[in-house]
Amino acid sequence: MNPIRRTFMKFTGTVGALSTLGAVAVTGMLKTTQALAAPWNKAGFESKAVAEALKTLGASAAAESRDIVITAPDIAENGAVVPVEVTSRIPNTQSISIIAEKNPFPLAATADFANGAEPYAYVRIKMGQTSNVRAVIKADGKFFTAVKEVKITVGGCG
Amino acid sequence: MAEAMKIRATLKGDVADIRVLVAHPMETGQRRDGAGNIVPIHFIQSMTVTHNGNVVYEGQWSQAVSRNPVFAVRVKGAKVGDKIVVNWTDNKNDKRTDEATVVAG
Repeated sequence: MNPIRRTFMKFTGTVGALSTLGAVAVTGMLKTTQALAAPWNKAGFESKAVAEALKTLGASAAAESRDIVITAPDIAENGAVVPVEVTSRIPNTQSISIIAEKNPFPLAATADFANGAEPYAYVRIKMGQTSNVRAVIKADGKFFTAVKEVKITVGGCG
Repeated sequence: MAEAMKIRATLKGDVADIRVLVAHPMETGQRRDGAGNIVPIHFIQSMTVTHNGNVVYEGQWSQAVSRNPVFAVRVKGAKVGDKIVVNWTDNKNDKRTDEATVVAG
């Protein structure tokens, strides 16, 4: 048995306080390991409004959190390449989604973690105009969010 | 067949810092070519990263990810010599799989 996985399972169990919550989290992980590829979130990626995209993630009621660190430029000269880095300090972070609020299709990326991956996402995205970049974190089945504004000098959607 | 990814996996403490550069046009479906025709949408939809055979990361993207995407993943509990495999699938069902070995940072 993989010792990392073992530690992880133990950790999930403890946090879930030996309740069903822990069991659910562990089952969820096992599923991810065996059969990957949760279907591509078509409805989410094709949403034209932030609220709609949040709904497809199940994150409509996400709580603002200071334990999410978004690193992105304050001013990006080129909207075609905006580096966005998100780190979550929320325990049991399962996924991170990145939303560029004023893009024609706001939801840009989602990352799911398992088996020792750190709750960290880095990707370079296109942004059409100055807008908030919103990070949405799923941890223990609950949702948390934070925003950072990025000013765009030249849009990157052309 | 798509071009090979560049994967760099370096160990920092017990965390493997995995950086991936993918060669892909990531067309948004909104851009026009020189003749004024819309360039069809073409983008990577999903990717998976495994560490010694265990899935550690599953990403889903929209066309808003930049051309020639760069992304990073960090995996705790890694060792030098561990095997990292990355694969992606785009909206035209093109696929690509590449692998790398974790090296000392």
